[in-house]
Order: sequence, then C-alpha cells, then structure tokens
Amino acid sequence: MSRALVLAALLLGGAVPASAETIAIVRGTVAIGDGSAPIPNGTVVVRDGRVVAAGTGVAVPAGARVIDAAGKWVTPGIVAGFSRLGLSDVDAVDSATDISSDGPFSAALDIAPAINPNAQPVAVNRADGVTRAIVAPGVGKSIFAGQGALIDTAVHASAITRARLFQYVELGETGAEQAGGSRAAAHVLLRNALREAAEVGRGVTIAGSGTERNPLDPDNQPVVRNPNESRLYDSRRSQDVLLTRFDAAALVPVVQGRQILMIHAERAADIRQVIALGREFPRLKLVLVGADEGWTVAAELAQSGIPVIASAMSDLPSGFESIAATQSNIGRMRAAGVKVAIGTINDDDTRMAFRARNYAGNLVALTRVPGAAGLSWGEALAMVTSRPAEAVGLGSEIGSLQAGRRGDVVIWSADPLDNMAAAETVLIDGVEQPLVTRQTRLRDRYQDLTPGVLPPAYRR
Amino acid sequence: MRLAVIAAAMAATVLTGCATEQKAPPARFNRDPYPTTYRVYPGVPTLLKGATVLDGAGGRIDGGDVLIADGKVQAIGRGLSAPVGAVVVDASGKYVTPGVIDIHSHLGNYPSPGVQAHDDGNEATAPARPEVWAEHSVWPQDPGFSRALANGGVTTLQVLPGSANLFGGRSVTLKNVPARTAMGMKFPGAPYGLKMACGENPKRVYGSKGQIPSTRMGNIAVTRQTWLQAQAYKRKWDNYEAKGGDAPDRDLAMDTLRGVLAGDILVQNHCYRADEMAIMIDLAREMGYKISAFHHAVESYKIADLLQREGICSAMWADWYGFKMESYDAIRENVALVDKAGACAIVHSDDPNGIQRLYQEAGKAIAAGRRAGVPISEEHAWTWLSANPAKAMGIFDRTGSLAPGKMADVVLWNGNPFSTYTRPERVWIDGALMYDANNPRLRPVSDFELGQPGEGDVK
Repeated sequence: MSRALVLAALLLGGAVPASAETIAIVRGTVAIGDGSAPIPNGTVVVRDGRVVAAGTGVAVPAGARVIDAAGKWVTPGIVAGFSRLGLSDVDAVDSATDISSDGPFSAALDIAPAINPNAQPVAVNRADGVTRAIVAPGVGKSIFAGQGALIDTAVHASAITRARLFQYVELGETGAEQAGGSRAAAHVLLRNALREAAEVGRGVTIAGSGTERNPLDPDNQPVVRNPNESRLYDSRRSQDVLLTRFDAAALVPVVQGRQILMIHAERAADIRQVIALGREFPRLKLVLVGADEGWTVAAELAQSGIPVIASAMSDLPSGFESIAATQSNIGRMRAAGVKVAIGTINDDDTRMAFRARNYAGNLVALTRVPGAAGLSWGEALAMVTSRPAEAVGLGSEIGSLQAGRRGDVVIWSADPLDNMAAAETVLIDGVEQPLVTRQTRLRDRYQDLTPGVLPPAYRR
Repeated sequence: MRLAVIAAAMAATVLTGCATEQKAPPARFNRDPYPTTYRVYPGVPTLLKGATVLDGAGGRIDGGDVLIADGKVQAIGRGLSAPVGAVVVDASGKYVTPGVIDIHSHLGNYPSPGVQAHDDGNEATAPARPEVWAEHSVWPQDPGFSRALANGGVTTLQVLPGSANLFGGRSVTLKNVPARTAMGMKFPGAPYGLKMACGENPKRVYGSKGQIPSTRMGNIAVTRQTWLQAQAYKRKWDNYEAKGGDAPDRDLAMDTLRGVLAGDILVQNHCYRADEMAIMIDLAREMGYKISAFHHAVESYKIADLLQREGICSAMWADWYGFKMESYDAIRENVALVDKAGACAIVHSDDPNGIQRLYQEAGKAIAAGRRAGVPISEEHAWTWLSANPAKAMGIFDRTGSLAPGKMADVVLWNGNPFSTYTRPERVWIDGALMYDANNPRLRPVSDFELGQPGEGDVK
C-alpha cells in the first residue's frame, strides 16, 4: 500500500493499514538486536506478521515485495523500556493525561483502557522507529500504581499487545512519600498488601517457608487475570484489611508469580531491599526500574537475576536516592552480569521514547572515555530492543529479528544510534506504517513563508 | 533617599564650594554592586595541530591549528609554529571548536539535588519581579556545572530566573569555572539580561491565586503597565542624572527596567507561540526596547521572516515537544527553518541533562534540516552553539568564536562534535585547561559530592 493510500485510510477514520504482506528487505546493514554486531549486506524476510529470517544467505521468497535497503540500516523496532506512551496527549493538560489516579483504587488500576492509539506522541514515536512500548501507570495515593501493559505504536484500533503485564510499585523516595513519609512505611504497606492478596487467593502461600495446600484443588489455584472479572470477590477476608477487594484481587497474580512486580528504586540501599524481597518471597517475578546506584551493588544484583530497566543518561544527584548516579551505570552493571535494559524513567516518559536510541549511542561513546564503562554497538542496540523485551518475559515475541519474532522492523537512513539517522520505513507486525505526523504536516505548511493567494490555513 | 547618596550629594556641594541654594550636582549610583571576582587560572601556551577547526562564526579549516596563550586565542590557521615552551597537541582526526554557550540554564538556581530547599528560580510572589537577580540564587556548588563542562563542553552559560513571572528578574552570565561564590563565576563585563515570559506560566501561577494575570490579555496588560511605570521612572532618573537636584527614590525593580530602556540590559523573553512573539514585538516597539532573544521559541518557524526582519534570535530545542499546550506545535525542523530564513538560531537547553548534549541536539537539528532540503554545513551549525548565543548575550566581542584576541574558550572533541559517539577530550576556559578526559585530577568535584559515593567518578 502506498503512503498516500495509508494516509487516506488514516484520514478516513483510523482504518487499519494494509494487512501483513511478505516483505524482503535486501542489501541493508542488518542488526539483529540480540547484542551481535551488524551484518553488512543482509536480508530480512517478514511473512504473516512475523520475522522469517534475517542475516546473510537468506533467500527472498517468491512473490515477496522487495525493499532495497542498500546504504541503509535495518533493525528491530525500538522497544521503549519504560514509558507512559499513549497515556497523555499533552502532559500539562490534566484532561488529556491518564497517568495516575487519586481515586479509591490502586493496584487494581489497569491502564489498558486508558491507552489512546491516536495520541500524537504515539505517532511521533512510531515515525521515529519506536514500535513497542512498556507502559506503566504512575502512583496516585498509594505505593501501588496499578497494572502496566505492552503496547505497539501501529495505526489501528487497539494498541495493546499485553494488558496487565506487570504491577508497578514505588519503593524509593516516591514510595516513601506515598506511604506517609517513610520507606519503612512503604515496606510494611507492601508486605501487608501481599498478605491480603494471599488471603484473597486462599491457600496460596507467598512465603518460601509456607506449606502448600493441595495444589490440585482449584480453590488453591485461583486465576485472577482481570480484577473486573474476578470470581474471588466473595472469598472470605479478615476484618483487618487496608486494600479494597479489587486491589487485593489484582495482587493475587503477583503473589502467585504469574504477573511481574515491577519496582522502582534508585538508591543502593533500596535496591538491596528489593533483592531481599525476592529472597523473602521467592515466587515474585521482580523487575527493578531506575537503579541509578545499581553499579554500586552490581554483583548482588547480578546474583539475584532480577532484570533492571535503567535510565542511560542519569548522572546527576537529582535527589538523595541518586547520589552516585553516573552514565557508566548501565555499562558497569552489564559488565557485572546484570540483565540490563534502557528505559526513560521519569524522563519525558509520555513522549520522548525515541531518544532512547540516541541514549544507547551515548553509551557507545563512553567506551572512548577513560574510566567510563560503555557498551559495544550491538549491545547498545540490544538495550533498546531485545533487553527490555526480555526484562518483561517477552524476548521470544518482540525486540529482535530472530526467526519467529513479530515483524517489527525499521529501515533507517543511517546508523540508528547516531543522531543523523531517521526512520524511513517502519513495519509493525509486518504491516508498513504511515510516518506522517502533525509535526511533518506543520513543517510542510510553513516550510515556505512566501505569501500566497490564500492564508497558510488553506495549505494542506 | 539613601544616606550614602545624601552624603555624596552634600560632599559634592561642599567641594564645589557653592554657598547659594543651587541644585546639587547628580550622583551616579553604583551599577555594579556585586562585581565579578572571577579569576583566570594559569594556562600553558598550547598549539592544537591538524584538527578540523570550526571557528564558531561559520568558518572551517580542515587540518587546522589553533594557538592559545595568555588566556587568549593567539592564532588560527594552517601550519602554525609552536612558541618555545608551548604544549603541542596532535588533534588530527579530532575537532576543535569554541566552547558551547548555553543561553538558557538554571544550573545554580534550580540545582541538584532538586529538593524544595533549593527551589530558588522563581520569585513567584508577584507577576512583575524585575528587582530580583539570579546571581543571588546561584549556588556555585551545583554538581550540574561539572557535567556541563566534562560531558557538554560548556564554557559559558546564562542563568535565568524562571518563567512564573512576566518579569522574572535579572539573569547572570557565568564562566563555567568552579568558584566559592557566584560572583567568582561571573563573566567579566557581560551585560545583564532581563528574563521576561509570556504565555501559560504567568497566567497559570497568578490565575490560580485569583489575581491578575489569569489570561493572556492579562499578561500583556500587566506587562504594559509595568513598562509605563518604568518609562516614568527613567524620565525622573535621566533628568536627575543629567541635571542634579533632589535624587529620586531608588527602586530596584525600576532600575532593571530602566537599564533595559537604556539598552544596557538585554531582554531574554520566554515565549513559545508565534502569535505571542508577534505581540511581544509590538509591545517592545510601543515601550521602546529591543528583544534580544525569544527562548523556547518552538513556533519560530511560523514567523521566521518576521524574526529575521526584527533581528531577534530564537533559542530552541531540537525535538522537545508536547509537554504543555504551548509546545504542541513544536517541529524538528524549527532550528533549520529559522536559520534558512536568515534569522538568528540558537540551540539551548533549559535543562541540567540537556546542557550536557547541546552539541548532539545541534546534530539532530542539522539532520532534520537536511532531510527537509535545507543544506546546513557543520561550520555554520556551530554558530547555533557559540557565535549566536554570544551575540544574544552581548559577549561576542569577547568569546563565541576562535578569533585572535578572544578568550581562549576552546574544546577539543574526540570526533565529530555533532555525533552521539563524541565527547569532549579537553576543555580550556580563558586558556586554562579545566577538563581533560585523560586526567582524573582535572575533573571538578563540587563540595556537595565530596565524601559521597561516586565522588570523583566519571559522570
């Protein structure tokens, strides 16, 4: 489908672009996204919305649409490792922003229904090669922000790839503030919430030392996928509860280890508490977000196996939880064996995920700064493609050009980690996406200021 | 009337020996009561050889040399010979540029850590506060200064009051050399700036308190009324300083505005939208002053022709957008389109992280421009980072390009200075080597970071 047609479809009310075709991208510099070095003169084949093969010696299937990428770079789409993409049109406009809630619920909040696939930031990031985003809610009146999702940035009715992928919790300065002014209170709130969830999930032990009841008893395997559909609201609860029934039910998958518990902490001591939490509750599937001081506890983090999504460029003591922040944080954690990915944590996270690839390029730059720890080019690309996908357990689904992954592919005008490159073709699930945005339309309208026979408002 | 002024007036009367009831002769008050104590640190004559030199004013020399000594740029060209005792640096494969100048920073007045006790950028207690001076808020121990130096190659920066007020107060221009006091960083001889703001911020801050301005028209009304006051004040004081007599009462707010009307203080106007910039241009003409630069001018591309005619600079970001309603129409070609129209383009930060990558932001702006068919050379683009901000800050006669006789504010980059892969290798300020990537001793550590985890680390 031509771009004009795609645009026409867009203008006709958000119609879905062409269905997935068989596409072969040939002669480009291909980077798989798994940490390996780029491959010159490679081929990428996408069929039925999935990657069939990528690399050298890949045959072009008969009937495939062939895109010549000579002189260009081909990579998996950028995965925003931590974002609020789709939750806001304009940050400072409350009515256009759905990041957090001061209402009665916390853990039960599910951001999936709040995602707006037509939000301009989605289009702007799509046009810059961001194809998927891990989207977290923000906290309102609790340490629990609610349940985040994985979304795509394609032009279609629903952006949700995985709803309720994780529960998001604040345990650092923000968590302390939410809990009433102390980290100690945040930790008690967290443990109490896990206890209440366990009670709702009757018989489900959350402590490693607990006794399992008959695991074949369906009552001992309650599956809460969506608190709105929960069959557990009528389960017995003690009088001694803080959480609403909805919130407690939403945490059942967390205590059962079926839903990721994503925890934001920056300070070394806070990170150690997260590691300790993992030992105390071995069933929890933990992911650490932030970790400005992670490099100071890198060996412990590596041993814990907890994946980390960190800000690449955070190097200021912006608060008392980030005193040791340095741009070498990710490189050092990586060298110590920590599973690390790049995210834009509290860094224009509603809109600027496209900067992640330049941040990754900056980590390559650090390899030439004495005393700093950087990344190889291949590893830097992985930090914004496969590593975030792996952190949330979806590495076999998105984030690389390995066979079987979703067909999220970007053709760049040049090396995508440098800032001269632009996305020229973007496939999501094997479907070519329009790259027109309000920004490109405004550019076209005002590029020539010569007075015309009609005002600029007629130029479109 | 101040006692000191009375005393001076009386002394003057006595000295002239007038016994009759004549007018006292005028006494000029001190325009510089917080003078710079900046000191130039010792440097070694240094010859940078064989670099790609971007001189900051639009010139380029491939395989070029730059000689610095006695705190100044001595020569720039090819095949320069090193004076006796000079350090010779092989800069082949590298770039040499003038230091980056950030025209819009809050380092020092919104320092790290960003705790409430450090919230010193907005005197948001009345919409017109021209009496406050940013230098009285600047905390010289802000760890951000060292990052701007080592990661960003920033040698000069203008610290401005925030934008809560229509009149935010005076800015201060600093050399990025650590000192014990803000005065110790003050750029010698730099004119003051006046921070003004239009748009959402002032009307939101005061509207939420139930006072004027709560609308854009309120913004303009208060701004105009304040200038009328300043004109009256200026008439009184101009008259007194010309003819003497009873000295009028001093008013710090009006002193600043009078300085603007006299052309001594440069207006740095926070203004996002094209239509509002046009109103501010009319307003400046009505009241008799000139706008030096519009800051955060995300819609300059819509009126680049007007800005070119008026000779007003636009300080812009490369790709920041959508954080508030008035930034909704930001586009990535803004810098390039302003430049293409022949108007003055500046890349600025307004951010302690962004200031570390202004050179990369300029790179993004070049790329966006070229994709839109605007040819932009590297040597021309560096004017966005040095000559143009220096002009808009009134310091281009002293820094902002690598012309002989100018301050030796110089960066040696380890690659192309518009790339994400490039970092400063060495930074000289007034000819003194203030950062060297290869020498951990040449990495400033603020008092705040001393004795803390990560002290002296690469950042």
